[in-house]
Amino acid sequence: MTDVVHAEWTKLRTLPGTGWLLLAAAALTAAVGALAANAVTCPAGICQLDPARVSLTGIDLGQAVVAIVAVTVVSGEYSTGMIRLTLAATPRRGRVLAAKAAVAGTVTLAAGAVAVLASVLAGHLLLARHGITPAHGYEPLSLASGPVLRAAVGSVLYLVLIALLSVGVATAVRDSAVAIGVVLALLYLFPIISSAVTSPAWHRHLDQFSPMTAGLYIQATTNLGSLPLTPWQGLGVLAAWAAGAMLAGALLLRFRDA
Amino acid sequence: MSVMTPYHSELRERHDGFGQLLRAEWTKFRTVRGWVIGVLVAVLLIVVLGAFTGANSQCSIADVTPQNPNPSIQACPAPPTGPGGEWVSDSFYFVRQPLAGDGSITVRLTSLTGLYSTNGGFGSPQNPTAGMSPGVQPWAKAGIIVKAGTRQGSAYAAMMVTGSHGVRMQWDFTHDVAGLAGKVSADSPRWLRLVRSGDVITGYDSADGAHWTKVGTATLAGLPSTVQAGPFVASPGYSVASASLGGASSTGGPTLATGGFDHLRLQGAWPAARWTGQAIAGTVDNALPASAQGFTQTAGRLTVSGSGDIAPSTDTIDSVKHTLAGTFAGLIAVVVIGVMFITAEYRRGMIRTTLAASPRRGRVLAAKAVVLAAVTFAAGLVAAAVTIPLGEHLLHDSGNPIFPAGTLTMTRIVVGTAALLATSAVLGLAVGTLLRRSAAAVTVVIAGLVLPYLLAVTPGILPVGAEQWLVRVTPAAAFAVQQSLMQYPQVNTIYAAGAGYFPLAPWAGLAVLCAWTALALALAVFLLRRRDA
Repeated sequence: MTDVVHAEWTKLRTLPGTGWLLLAAAALTAAVGALAANAVTCPAGICQLDPARVSLTGIDLGQAVVAIVAVTVVSGEYSTGMIRLTLAATPRRGRVLAAKAAVAGTVTLAAGAVAVLASVLAGHLLLARHGITPAHGYEPLSLASGPVLRAAVGSVLYLVLIALLSVGVATAVRDSAVAIGVVLALLYLFPIISSAVTSPAWHRHLDQFSPMTAGLYIQATTNLGSLPLTPWQGLGVLAAWAAGAMLAGALLLRFRDA
Repeated sequence: MSVMTPYHSELRERHDGFGQLLRAEWTKFRTVRGWVIGVLVAVLLIVVLGAFTGANSQCSIADVTPQNPNPSIQACPAPPTGPGGEWVSDSFYFVRQPLAGDGSITVRLTSLTGLYSTNGGFGSPQNPTAGMSPGVQPWAKAGIIVKAGTRQGSAYAAMMVTGSHGVRMQWDFTHDVAGLAGKVSADSPRWLRLVRSGDVITGYDSADGAHWTKVGTATLAGLPSTVQAGPFVASPGYSVASASLGGASSTGGPTLATGGFDHLRLQGAWPAARWTGQAIAGTVDNALPASAQGFTQTAGRLTVSGSGDIAPSTDTIDSVKHTLAGTFAGLIAVVVIGVMFITAEYRRGMIRTTLAASPRRGRVLAAKAVVLAAVTFAAGLVAAAVTIPLGEHLLHDSGNPIFPAGTLTMTRIVVGTAALLATSAVLGLAVGTLLRRSAAAVTVVIAGLVLPYLLAVTPGILPVGAEQWLVRVTPAAAFAVQQSLMQYPQVNTIYAAGAGYFPLAPWAGLAVLCAWTALALALAVFLLRRRDA
């Protein structure tokens, strides 16, 4: 198994785009987070906002770049025919998928940690300048506080789960354009449909099932009572989606010609 | 000695023309099963998701009043409909008497004051204005009105003094003409006059009662011979957007305005010879109860207090746009197809054959764009034309009032949705040519089109200013083409993207996407020519 992981790592490492994409994911996440934190205005201290959520807004965009990396890990092999060589070298296909998931997950973990740390730092520096101060009842954004630490660690895990979801979907549909389309549709469509449905019950159901909306509950540090799920349950929903996609990918990989 | 014969192609002339190129690209498109299925999936997604949102949107209001603090939730009543078929607010305090035939009414206004509630409600039923702060709304209205009747939504023309927009002449809810500027006070009173002659009503204003200026002329088709006329006061609900992360959340409540009138002069036949006060009100208006409104008459001086607004209704749900929520799913599908239309050529090496057959590379891309745009436009046209009536039918069945968008607006939305899909697919093609990597190209286009919209409409993510900016400059501005609601300068409300109001006009929004697409296509042609295939 170590050899398989090593092989996958070599393949990913030697692609010219991987490093740039991971760098872009971290940079875009931090940049969007900083822009959002900088746009906050809280003149009289009556702003119902969640400082952790604002600082980590960049995850909404960063996840799309992470998905590219993860989809490419699988689909890239199908577009070049490399997959046949890979499967000839390692006939136990489940292991190949597991190794790909491990590699994609690990690089995402690293890039995600950088992205989240940069976002929290930007939030710490910028939010205080825009009225999110102890005078208005806000603690300075810091990883020393339990909920903020949970939001930060959870956001990194969120990105890792997005990578696993993308690996699973890409294994199931093989083509990279279709795979990324499916992943982005899963992420972005639920909240849009949810905002169009006005029936409160369906609104709640859609938010609970949405991999993105529910998954991002992990970033919530205020008004937890108003969420339909607890933060960890929300991340669990995304984990279930990722597990489902990986399972579908594994089954199709096993029983289908490459 | 041999003679060199120059090469002559066996092909007849014009057989390497653009028409042939289009045919080649069309053949490629229709013979790839996945792409044809993809287009069908796009149409299906738009229709199915439209039906889903239509069937699962129950519009309901809970009408909280002091008498009934815990009301049962009821279906939304439709607002009254104005003479032009649009939804309107029509609630105000009307001091009226009938005017038979032609005539005129003249009045002098010496004051306009107001009260507003910042906590969203009002005091006890006995004293509804308790706890309200003094302040007049910018569009509080006091003046004289000639109205077809007391039914909400009936035709009218009015001359009025407003809180901070000077003297205005307004008629039939959507028309608004400015008169004298400045605020009214005892030192600078405003004289107003309405003259009725058949269906035509002319408004005049004056600062001194001697020198009159014509402000506007309204033709109210089908005005009955006996109309109701007299002083009126209205004061629209107060609302402020919380200017931070709370999305479109607002605080506000009903307001009251009081106008002081004197020098009331009537000409023509006024058979009743006395004034009747009446609060014109309905079920959906942000107004104080009738007990807070009224008028007093002492020694030729009238003091009138009123609440509500006479204006187009903006506090509505964009039912047409709701039915088209599936556009985003269809969009993702056509963008994937657009990207694959070029990246598949690179992946299979087909691009070398294509470019060998047609060495003028710009024309190859143009032919691809034309074929792709035509197919996705047709698919979008079918999808929107099916979804809107279906969605509206389902919305209506679940008790939602359907926004009365005119035929012209509907046509614009259907054609605009088709154009939106076609342009997005071509943007996918262009970005695919630029990047030559499917996953990256699809992500760039979808992150540029769908994500800004998502961030703009989801409350609580971005501040209001940032969200307006997102739907102005990013390709997501194009979703303005699906807007059926209208913005009116004479109505103060929160025009947020989340509520269906885009900062750009419909076609201007689509033009933003077209500009992005043109830029990407130009770059793509440039790079296609410069790079080895």
